[in-house]
Amino acid sequence: MFLIKLLFRNAFRHKLRTALTVLGITIAILAFGLLRTVVSAWYAGVEASSASRLVTRNAISLVFLLPSSYREKIGQIDGVKTVSWGNWFGGIYIDEKNFFPNFAVDPMTYLDLYPEYLLTPDEKKAFVHDRKACVVGSLTARKYGWKLGDTVTLKGTIFPGNWDFVVRGIYRGRDKGTDESQFFFNWEYLNESIKKTSPQRAEQIGFFIVGIKNPDRTAEVAEAIDRSFKNSITETLTETEKAFQMGFVSMTEAIVIAIQLVSFVVIIIIMAVVANTMAMSARERTGEYVVFKTLGFGSYHLVGLIFGESFVITLTGCILGILATFPAAKAFGDAMSTFLPVFFVSPRTIYLDILASIIVATSAAIIPALRVTHIRVAEGLRKIA
Amino acid sequence: MKIPVAYSFRNLWTRRLTTIFTASGMALVVFVFASILMLAEGLRKTLIDTGSYYNVVVTRKASGSEVQSSIDRLAASVVETQPEIATGPDGRNLVAKELVVLINLQKRGSTKPGQVVIRGVTDTSLIMRPQVKIAEGRLPKPGSYELLAGSSIAKRFQGGGRGERLRFNNREWTIVGVFDAGNTGFNSEIWGDVDQLMQAFRRPAYSSVIFRLSDSSEFSTAKARIEEDPRLALEAKRETQYYADQSAAMSKFLRILGISLTVIFSLGAIIGAMITMYSAVANRTSEIGTLRSLGFQRRNILYAFIMEAMLLGFIGGCTGLFFASFLQLFTISTLNFQTFSELAFSFTLTFPIALNSLLFSLIMGFVGGVLPAVRAAHMNIVDALRAG
Repeated sequence: MFLIKLLFRNAFRHKLRTALTVLGITIAILAFGLLRTVVSAWYAGVEASSASRLVTRNAISLVFLLPSSYREKIGQIDGVKTVSWGNWFGGIYIDEKNFFPNFAVDPMTYLDLYPEYLLTPDEKKAFVHDRKACVVGSLTARKYGWKLGDTVTLKGTIFPGNWDFVVRGIYRGRDKGTDESQFFFNWEYLNESIKKTSPQRAEQIGFFIVGIKNPDRTAEVAEAIDRSFKNSITETLTETEKAFQMGFVSMTEAIVIAIQLVSFVVIIIIMAVVANTMAMSARERTGEYVVFKTLGFGSYHLVGLIFGESFVITLTGCILGILATFPAAKAFGDAMSTFLPVFFVSPRTIYLDILASIIVATSAAIIPALRVTHIRVAEGLRKIA
Repeated sequence: MKIPVAYSFRNLWTRRLTTIFTASGMALVVFVFASILMLAEGLRKTLIDTGSYYNVVVTRKASGSEVQSSIDRLAASVVETQPEIATGPDGRNLVAKELVVLINLQKRGSTKPGQVVIRGVTDTSLIMRPQVKIAEGRLPKPGSYELLAGSSIAKRFQGGGRGERLRFNNREWTIVGVFDAGNTGFNSEIWGDVDQLMQAFRRPAYSSVIFRLSDSSEFSTAKARIEEDPRLALEAKRETQYYADQSAAMSKFLRILGISLTVIFSLGAIIGAMITMYSAVANRTSEIGTLRSLGFQRRNILYAFIMEAMLLGFIGGCTGLFFASFLQLFTISTLNFQTFSELAFSFTLTFPIALNSLLFSLIMGFVGGVLPAVRAAHMNIVDALRAG
């Protein structure tokens, strides 16, 4: 008890310096936490995807489509339970900066495969039966103030023209990591409309989502699907939803790596600041430490004092920083919801925060602690004189 | 009478460990600051060099990019006959009907995919982009399954080098040459004969029509005529503007990231400098008293400490900039999320960036040093002397 009191007294002896150091740590932990949250938001799509769903698309790239007749062929493959399909629509709501992902999907099968999008039975029914219906995530609905029954017009970039939809459902995510920014509408609506305007582009599908009976057989089923279209005019590429999402993320890997690097740099910067504070404190107190030594305290006592003080300062800053991370992440997440729809501070980030501050506290105390253990009593006493 | 700069410098030297800690904190901040500016500059330079002010890109209205656009043959031939189009050395119009699609390729030495632009071009495409030069091999023969790869593709993607083969649409394609397009986005593309590629991908329509203006001031006339033609649903942009729009989101992202990181990091470094300077002042209380009793003014003391802090910032700034300059050896290749295709650009250090970074480090030093310096300057002579 006495020791802890001494540690706190020591730590706050220089109020201004300690306050500044704690503030610096708070800022650093806050920055570190936010950057880690950005990184995990980047991987949110991968985290939220299921291992028991497969994605089949054109082997050349996503720009090319597949004939709609493939859905029957995929359905016949052994191990396949449900087949759903959709197209990336790429519509723009009023202005390009109002971005949210929008897809034309087959309502019944799609909702079957994605139980994490929660809709009431009435909403589900309306989505299936109304050809102009659309379902939006609560994040997007809130952002643009859409309510059930509202008409929403999207401007097509891939499929020209203005497209009208009626909001028939607003879905919520089952889990914290579910993307609540997406927009779905009936694939038949898209298909029937382009049949009239450009018939050669109709009956084409961007991707199939395949639900399988036994999750252990994903690799086998994926291979069976690709094998059945091998050497055809349009070959397919099938992978688990996780791998598919990962493919996207790995294309932007350079950015993620940069953010990760920067998050470590901020920790190194703060390490320098804390180490500096500790070095200064220890230098000033050389005299006291020598007195301790003279009184018979061992080196490990003094080392304990220095380490303890470093931990008191760093952990205070760390706790303040973690507390500040939550409101900051909320504000940042709201501002960036277009780019990163899933944005929350994960427990993992908190653990990393604590780990980082322990490393900072330890490494900051090492040099001063070494100095103290090596100093000779006479030399130290001379220093104060 | 002024306190010499050497006094400030020697003070830093005496307390080396502290100086190193503080300066290295600042160096890291300057490093991050400079590297983000360099990245943004690299992207900007790539965009500027890619487009030509004299070229016009025509795409389908509201499509936003060549990949999403399609122009049927009839519409393309209407665009082809615009009177503003320049004539080439051989008497033909400088216009190219191009196809732009994306294909998945694997990066060298990994299983990671990238999406690469394949551009179907004609012989005029090369004349209109003088920055594209053949570095190795030769041009593809018209009507053959031969391709030309940009140097960044040749380096980074499997099957992209000269003599290597790519397989898509049940056909083998041979890379017969590599082109170097300098610092441009074309380096991240693969070029081939437009007619062959349209057939291979079974695309009946072109993606875009590019033409060169005979007089660059006639752009608005040509644009108005194309966009108001009731037979066409097309839009025209200068090539420079087109490429700037393509990366607007990326530039914005880099800007937001850069500003927020710099602000947060510099707060940390300023606090570091403040701690150092406060302790410098506290340790030298009696020294300050002596200086004052020797006749130095409060002003002189203030200057001396601010000078010391700025010197600290300057050391940090130079170190950070020194390490940042090595980043120029690196190229970043990432997905441009607007076009969904690979774009490579490198860190570019310019004189204004170097100047800004050093200025920034001096400002950090100043802000960190000003409060401690004020405290030093306001010390009472008698109290200060007694403190020793």
